[in-house]
Order: sequence, then structure tokens, then C-alpha cells
Amino acid sequence: MSSSVLYDAPGPKALVRNRIYSVVGSLLILALIGYAVLQLANRGHFAPEMWNIFNNAGVRANIRDGILSTLQVFVVAAVLSLVLGVGLAVARLSDHRAVSAVATGFIELFRAVPLLITIYAMWVLFLTYKENLGFIGESSAYWALVIGLTVYNACVQAEVLRAGVNAVPKGQVEAAYALGLRKSQVMTMLLIPQAVRSMLPTIISQLVVTLKDTSLGYIITYAELLYAARTMANNIIVNDDNPYVPVVIVVGAIYVAMCLALSSVATWIEKRGRRAKTGITPAAAGEPLEAPGVLETAAGPVGPQAPGGAEGTEGPADKQN
Amino acid sequence: MNVLLDHLPEFRDGFIGTVLLTAASALLAMVLGVVMAGFRVSPVPPLRAFGTAWVTLFRNTPLTLLFLVAWFVVPAVFGTGMSPWTKALLALGFYTSAFVCEAVRSGVSTVPLGQAEAARSLGMTFIQTLRLIVLPQATRTVVPPLSSIFIALTKNSAIAGAFSVTELFGVQKLLSDKGFAIAPIFLWVALAYLVITFTISGLFRLLERRLEVAR
Repeated sequence: MSSSVLYDAPGPKALVRNRIYSVVGSLLILALIGYAVLQLANRGHFAPEMWNIFNNAGVRANIRDGILSTLQVFVVAAVLSLVLGVGLAVARLSDHRAVSAVATGFIELFRAVPLLITIYAMWVLFLTYKENLGFIGESSAYWALVIGLTVYNACVQAEVLRAGVNAVPKGQVEAAYALGLRKSQVMTMLLIPQAVRSMLPTIISQLVVTLKDTSLGYIITYAELLYAARTMANNIIVNDDNPYVPVVIVVGAIYVAMCLALSSVATWIEKRGRRAKTGITPAAAGEPLEAPGVLETAAGPVGPQAPGGAEGTEGPADKQN
Repeated sequence: MNVLLDHLPEFRDGFIGTVLLTAASALLAMVLGVVMAGFRVSPVPPLRAFGTAWVTLFRNTPLTLLFLVAWFVVPAVFGTGMSPWTKALLALGFYTSAFVCEAVRSGVSTVPLGQAEAARSLGMTFIQTLRLIVLPQATRTVVPPLSSIFIALTKNSAIAGAFSVTELFGVQKLLSDKGFAIAPIFLWVALAYLVITFTISGLFRLLERRLEVAR
């Protein structure tokens, strides 16, 4: 660990000094938290009546419905984005220039545009053509949120998968071609499974981002957890005041709990993979780099190459990447 | 084309608003992030715990929720004098600082161990080791992730537009509320964001090249 290298094992003097720092530091932090709590309490945000609202069955039902619709959006968007992500990754790695160019353009456009802009544009579009869209028009906010999340996250997942595919040793692809496998077989049997395995922690971290981004539904007035909570707080009046502070604190705790649960899965898989001695080790559970061009160090279609083609397949000395 | 030309002042104000908000919150996030990274590797346990709690909390909170906190909880604590711009700056800066902290921390751990050991055997204190030896060398590995963090920040700043701060998403909202077709507005706003993000990644690539040293 780096932290233990940056300083010596403390001697008697340093021990005393560290203890002083500990006390002063904790006191400062506690004072800050204490000040915040005191101020909130002074303005009556910790009055028992304020928090009593959570004993109300209607309030509980509201929060439950909010959680359910957040989770619904998350699950649908997660599944769709993974499917579309695999498709986009394969398309970008394709040998056919046109297919690869279209996929690249799609990925770069939607990855560079803020998700909120996409979702809002979809929403306005769906509202404008409400009558012609059938089931999409009926719940336009829901579909705008789902499709926006799907498109954006699919682009990120596609880049993650592409990085995973590029990390598969080239010898494996060559061996597969030597055994007579077709391009599609190499992709489905060799590259995608290994890419998914090595990138699983990153993929799940991106799913955490998807879960967090469902809260953008608040802005297009879709009744997910945040919006449901906000409208609920708007309608309740306790002690001549709306209970915004308690509601925000409770909803925040729910969000943090949900995201922590999901990210702990990523960390767990990463640790498990590191224990395994064979195969490709999973990547760190960090969030994927979002910059256009950051993952580009691994650019160029490494995947299936035409056997006997002009490029690639020169053997292990090949300097792709 | 017409939408852009007819509403050039709005687009210009939105563009400048996004750039300013991004720059200001990037600065705040850098300062907070480096301090928190220092906390996380420090020999003082409560500070380490505080840094860890900070990162865990802000990385697992949706930004929209932080905006709500800034709008409803922060005024309750610090009084109601803050402009929407300041509140957006706080939400964006605090959120991004967690990611900066993680980037800096992983950069610190890539500096060869011998460097810190040498610094310590020369009698440097923890702060001196960090400030003079480790952090300068960590910058090189921290630059690429920072670039993507700031690009993400640019995109996240769109949320501020929904909370009545003048920036590009606000322009999109305003014009589509006025009844203009959404597709051209979307394309122009997207183009504006592309300009900003490509500028950031270009600047950071330049910085990377300047800092590049053969190891």
C-alpha cells in the first residue's frame, strides 16, 4: 500500500503528534457536522413532527412507488444498453468500413453529448408526435428516460467492451483462425466472452452510473424516486413548512444504499477474479474513462481479420495498439 | 440554421455560462480532490476515514440529488443568500471532487516506492514528501483520467440548466418551450458541447505531451 510507504512507522514523538492531529481533526469534522445539525435543528427541521411523516402509510407508499419506478427504469435501461452495447462494439470492430464508421459516429456523438440533453430532446420529440407513437406516446417521459439512458450507456458499454476485446491476446485470434473458425465464431465464442469476463467490474460500475442517472427523470417530470419525493414534500405541510430536509435526507440514504449495493458487487467480482490465477484478470472496478479518444490508444480493428489479408496476422511481433 | 442565427445571443450566453460554470467547479473540485487525496493517504486515522467517507458518499449519490441538497438543505444550514450559480458550483464541485480524489490517489500509488523512501531517509516530513516528491510525479499519471473527469463535469453541468442557471441546457429548454423544432436545437447544443469537450481533451493531450518524460 502506498499509504504505509509515505510515512515511517511513527516513533514516540510522532505518535503524540499524530494523536494531537487526530483529536484536532476529529474535533473540526465533528464541529462542522455539529454546526450543520444545530442550524437544521434551529430551523425546526429535526422536529419530531417533521420526521413523523414517514410513519404515514401514504408517504411510505409514495416512496415505495418511487423506488419501484426507479428500479424499473434502471432494469429496462440496463438490459437494453447491454444488448445495444454489444451490438455497437461488434459493429465498431467490424471489417466493413461503412458499418464501423456508422457505429463510431453514433458512439462518439452520443457519448459526447450530455445525457440530459439527449433525454430532454427525446422527451420533447415524443410529446410533439404523441398521437403517432402509440404506446411510446402514452408514457413519453418514461420512454424518453429509458431510451436516453439506453443510448448513452450503450455507447459507453460498447467502448468498454471494445477495450476488453482489444485486451485479448492476439495469438488466440490467430489460433482460432488457424483452427478454421469463422469471423462470427471468433467474435461470439472467443472475443466477447473474454471481454465480458475481463471487463465485468467496469461494466457493473457503469451500471451504477446508469442507476444514478435515472434521477435525471426528475427534470423531465417522470415520477421516479426523486421526483416522487419532491412532489410529495411539496404537498405536505408540517409546522408551516414543507418537509424538504427530512425527505431529501431519507431519499439520499436510499440512493446511496442502492448504489453501494451495486458497486460492492463490482468490487467483489474484481477481488474474486484477482484470486483466480488463470485467465484474464478483471479490470479495476473504476468507472470507465468517458473522454472521447481516451480509450483510443487501443484503436483499430484488432478483432477478426480476413485470413491472408494485407493487414495483421504477421505473428506475435505485430505492433497493433 | 435559423434557430441558431436568430437566437445567437442566447446561445452565446449559454455557451459562456457552461464554460464558466465548468471552469469554476473544476477548480473547486481540483482543490477539494487533492486535499481529500492527501487526507486519504495521511498517517492520521480520522482524516483517512473522513476522506474515505467523502469519496464513498459523493460517488454513490446522483448529481440531481446533490442539486436538491444544495437547493433545500444548504440554505437551511448556511442561510438563504446564495445565488443559484453558487449552489450549482457547490454541487458540481463537491460531486467531482470525489472522482478527482480517486484519480490523484491512484496516481500517488504509481510513483515508485523508492522515491518516497528516499525522501523519508532525507528527513522530509509527510507533507514535504507529498508536496515536493510524490505529487509532482503523480501529475503525469493523473492527467489522462483528469481529462475524462472534466469532460464528464462539462456534461454534468447541463443539470444546472434545469435549476435555472444560464447555460446550454437552459437554452435548449427555453427555445423548445418557445415552440421551435427540437432537432435543430439539439444538434446546435450538441455541437457546442462537442466544441467544449474536444477543447478539453485537446488541451489535456497537449499537457500530457509537455509532461511526458521517458521513465
